[in-house]
Amino acid sequence: MAIEYLGLSEINGPLVVLEGVKNASFDEIVEFRVDDGSKKLGRIVEIYEEKAVIQVFEGTENMSLSNTHTRLSGHPMEVELSPDILGRTFNGIGKPIDGLGPVIPEMKLNINGLPLNPVTREYPRNFIQTGISAIDGLTTLIRGQKLPIFSGNGLPHDQLAAQIVQQASLGSNSDEKFAIVFAAMGVKYDVAEFFRRTFEESGVSDHVVMYLNLANDPVVERLITPKVALTAAEYLAFEKGMHILVILTDITSFCEAMREVSSSKGEIPSRKGYPGYLYSELATLYERAGIVRGGTGSVTQIPILTMPNDDITHPIPDLTGYITEGQVVLDRQLHGQAIYPPINVLPSLSRLMKDGIGEGFTREDHQDVANQLFSCYAKVGDARALASVIGEDELSPLDKKYLEFGTAFEENFVGQRADENRTIQETLDKGWELLSMIPREELDRIDTKILDKYYPENVEK
Amino acid sequence: MSKTAEIYGINGPVIYLKGNTGFKMSEMVYVGKENLVGEVISLKKEATTVQVFEETSGLRPGETVTASGDAISVTLGPGILNNIFDGIQRPLSVIAEQSGKYISRGMQVDSLDTEKLWDVHLTVSEGMEVYGGTIIAEVPETESIVHKSMVPPNIHGIVKSVVPDGQYNITQTIAVLTLEDGSEYELKLAQKWPIRIPRPTSKRYPASKPLVTGQRILDTLFPIAKGGTAAVPGGFGTGKTMTQHQIAKWSDADIIIYIGCGERGNEMTQVLEDFSKLHDPKTGNALMARTSLIANTSNMPVAAREASIYTGITLAEYYRDMGYDVAIMADSTSRWAEALRELSGRLEEMPAEEGFPAYLASRLSAFYERAGMMQNLNGTEGSVSIIGAVSPQGGDFSEPVTQNTKRFVRCFWGLDKSLAYARHFPAIHWLTSYSEYLGDLSYWYSENVSPKFVEYRNRIMAILNSESSLMEIVKLIGSDVLPDDQKLTLEIARVIRLGFLQQNAFHPDDTCVSLEKQFKMMEIILYLYKKCRSLIAMGMPMSVLKQENIFEKVIAIKYDVPNDHLEMMDDYKKAVKDFYNTVMEKNA
Repeated sequence: MAIEYLGLSEINGPLVVLEGVKNASFDEIVEFRVDDGSKKLGRIVEIYEEKAVIQVFEGTENMSLSNTHTRLSGHPMEVELSPDILGRTFNGIGKPIDGLGPVIPEMKLNINGLPLNPVTREYPRNFIQTGISAIDGLTTLIRGQKLPIFSGNGLPHDQLAAQIVQQASLGSNSDEKFAIVFAAMGVKYDVAEFFRRTFEESGVSDHVVMYLNLANDPVVERLITPKVALTAAEYLAFEKGMHILVILTDITSFCEAMREVSSSKGEIPSRKGYPGYLYSELATLYERAGIVRGGTGSVTQIPILTMPNDDITHPIPDLTGYITEGQVVLDRQLHGQAIYPPINVLPSLSRLMKDGIGEGFTREDHQDVANQLFSCYAKVGDARALASVIGEDELSPLDKKYLEFGTAFEENFVGQRADENRTIQETLDKGWELLSMIPREELDRIDTKILDKYYPENVEK
Repeated sequence: MSKTAEIYGINGPVIYLKGNTGFKMSEMVYVGKENLVGEVISLKKEATTVQVFEETSGLRPGETVTASGDAISVTLGPGILNNIFDGIQRPLSVIAEQSGKYISRGMQVDSLDTEKLWDVHLTVSEGMEVYGGTIIAEVPETESIVHKSMVPPNIHGIVKSVVPDGQYNITQTIAVLTLEDGSEYELKLAQKWPIRIPRPTSKRYPASKPLVTGQRILDTLFPIAKGGTAAVPGGFGTGKTMTQHQIAKWSDADIIIYIGCGERGNEMTQVLEDFSKLHDPKTGNALMARTSLIANTSNMPVAAREASIYTGITLAEYYRDMGYDVAIMADSTSRWAEALRELSGRLEEMPAEEGFPAYLASRLSAFYERAGMMQNLNGTEGSVSIIGAVSPQGGDFSEPVTQNTKRFVRCFWGLDKSLAYARHFPAIHWLTSYSEYLGDLSYWYSENVSPKFVEYRNRIMAILNSESSLMEIVKLIGSDVLPDDQKLTLEIARVIRLGFLQQNAFHPDDTCVSLEKQFKMMEIILYLYKKCRSLIAMGMPMSVLKQENIFEKVIAIKYDVPNDHLEMMDDYKKAVKDFYNTVMEKNA
């Protein structure tokens, strides 16, 4: 029988200090029992001889220095897993909240996971068709990739994520071995409800595991939620051989929670008050995507983060961009023009794209078309800047063509309906249609052979 | 009996030991029941601080820490090449065999394979006097590289006995020395060296030879010398990693040490896959045969990330001592600086700029100063070149890591976001980048490529510079109103940007280009410029010149002239001449 300690020596925000503990270990989970009968979980975050600093997940309300009983669990935070978790809903630390009773565990796994050995990874190459032109054509999603959506408050990132889930998973490339792990960190009730409804309407509810920490749930719990979710994802992918799509929303709340806890621990802040280990913490989440050599399963991540003040240089999007394999950036101006999805393609990028497209994967002209569209659209920006100074009428005929191209690109290529599912062929053909607005000699990123084959000839009217 | 101590406190990767433990600074220690690897980083009478290179979850106060007696060091011997290690030189493939897809804790593995038998050819004989650095044996390590086993620095003696040529592993004694004090010293194929101490050399040479990378913007505009240092800063997605990959693949160094420091796991997998398939342009063997990878990905423990940079440079210095030219790719030094910051924060040190410790600058300079073209102790000549990627936050070059790095490197290849957005690769910006080696190397260029090389290079730079000042005007009033000679400058600058600076890493011919082709391309572009200028001077408008597709033709040289058919370049000179004549005839 484990020893119970009565009382605490300090409570400070989400942290409590317990003195006189024997045999406690770093990162161990402890259980608190408060006088009113409520139970809470905590984690030892610092330990000095017989003094342990413990982070309480459910918040320290009602706890006093004398009314709390503490019991050491003897192990780090673990989550109970079995194939039955599919279709279930849990809270932020992995306890069922759907009223269907506890899960009978097949195994218990440490939520911190372990780093995947680069030698045993398989380089991701399988193209996932999302049916969204701006993503398929220009920032292709690859199975096993981590591709975040950089968004802002009020932008339709949730709709976009939902559309990706529906079209990528349920399209022609779907199979039984597919599941979604959804982790909500500090999101609004409506957002969680929106996703739940979307999963239900598209008939995938029994292939979804949801971990919900809503905006009014305890802040510290949020630090655990993505780890619990990713542990479940890894279990399903690497133990059960399934293809898992993980949606993490909102990474910004996760980082805010980290800052809050860090400052109450009295740590030295680095940028904007975030702790120095923000990069390492984010990396331990994002790096848990991938494919293991010889296995059949994969973990693909679509983290969503709202950039504070739409600032892409803010530490959260900045550090994320350095870890993830690209990013999809949403733009307020495009959103204002009622273009959906408002993806600003220039700062968007998929690092794994180059190896997962082209002949044998999508179509031989894919890379060239993508490069050319990027290059032309970058010139649109210059032409628009010039037009705003000297007026559109004064522009050279070529610059005018670029302006036309820009508008058409935004409306017809980037823009599409929320239920429109374009094949990659349709996307690339649309790309050529747009490129044909530009004189052929301007297309300097395309191999001559490809140009001869695909450039529509009926353009020089 | 080795010294032991008891754990007192634990805070993430930093642990505290009670009392005066008698441990040494930088000593390697084994922590707790699982024997996690750690390093002593501060000593006080009351407490010893240790950073642990592995995850500390589950560690308890009261567990034992054992000193190893040695500073944290690497094993140097055959088997380093064609291999992939973590930040403290544990071979990842052996770890994978033992613990499966994840990296478990407390793995006790040898850095190098101790069983494998190597074909050893002894180069010393009984009675010879040997010094630190003397080559005692040669081992064909891979199909590309002959490994030379050396007497460790600081050892001096007479060879008492040697084994005959044959097959030996790295733990067997291959020679015995009698030292000056009469004691005996056994030499093996492998030796140890502490990672934080530079290996000694006898003298340093000034930079004189370029590290030829096959990348036009680097070799021609901003060359790096063998033994030089370069920084590649850029925001995310600007192509730091691509630039490093390209140099690792195509540069004319003998050995490549690629350090993935706090970067993506998939990237390391990609390097491993690609380099096993690709062939070294010099020898035709697989690239991995001249490469060693150090992978400490971002989710691996942060203290080992800090060590990985030193592990890498020590391996590089070892091969330099054999007389090889070694190039290190450090991707990325910012992650290393952040590891310093993280540990410094855990130690509650007073932060300087942006939370980085005040010793950031001195650590950076100490690292970059380990590069250089050296005369080794054994008289051979070798070099270590460092190419360090920097990941500035928000792409802002004014942050501390970029600024401090800039002070200690002589080559700066600044990556630009707007070029990357327009998919102009390599996105190295010609206006923000510089190389201080140009003067040192100009003699080599005129001797080995052409006496006109540097002159042409400067003219190309001048055109690009005048383009940038003209663009200021164009942004305000459009290009139509410019006089024709300025329009021509813009057009030629466009040819340079698209045809010369842009280089396609995925094109079989364009991915790596010889200096000769680079020179000839410059020659043709400048010839075209000269001819066009004389046409403009005769009053021909730019619009007439543009009717001919000569500009597009010159831009396409990079694709249309295969690297092994440089004689085709002469046709272009003729084409420019023809263009001149046609325009003259039509408009005379």
